[in-house]
Amino acid sequence: MFAISAKGIVVDELREQMSDPGAGGFCVFEGWIRNQNEGRAVERLEYEVYEPLAISEGEKVIAEAQRLFPHLQASCVHRSGLLEIGDCAVWVGVSSAHRDEAFQACRYIIDQIKVRLPIWKKEHYLDGDSGWVNCERCANV
Amino acid sequence: MKKITVRYFAMFREHAGLSEETIELEVVTAMDVFEQTRSRHGSSEPMGHCKVAINDQLADWESNVNDGDTVLLFPPVAGG
Repeated sequence: MFAISAKGIVVDELREQMSDPGAGGFCVFEGWIRNQNEGRAVERLEYEVYEPLAISEGEKVIAEAQRLFPHLQASCVHRSGLLEIGDCAVWVGVSSAHRDEAFQACRYIIDQIKVRLPIWKKEHYLDGDSGWVNCERCANV
Repeated sequence: MKKITVRYFAMFREHAGLSEETIELEVVTAMDVFEQTRSRHGSSEPMGHCKVAINDQLADWESNVNDGDTVLLFPPVAGG
């Protein structure tokens, strides 16, 4: 499952949905809004998402992870809109029979989400300025 | 000339001052649309890390665009 949410991510509900009697491990990644970036104090952050393609591409990423690392459940939710410091911006959960696949699939999903989905973030700084953030990994692709 | 609807996102929307426009362009590929709209709006963003979609499908810069297509120009993405 992949979803874009304009509302706060409720991590306990998402974790419940990953419950699987065949799973021996569960790995989660949560991306949080931090209060500084590249030396500048951040007040809040805004995500712009082109939902039709973000959802279809996000579903592809989940399906790829399930092909690469079989026998796992995987789920991801990404926020849109205005977020405050400490908010959860993205949640990736993977449950599987063994931990190794869960760790690898979780890493695969968040890495692909960051570079492939049409999502942009604008930082609003404490000094009143704002700016679009470039994906740090895109510069090396 | 082809009538193309161009949609701009994030920093491209801010540079262009609009989110969408339908314009007549002498273009063959998505790259032509990128270059012509970039000069039209005075943007200097290099194409390298940008992406393009045609009619809601991610596409290559070499993909052909046809009369009536909607071309979506995505600046460098930054999810997560």
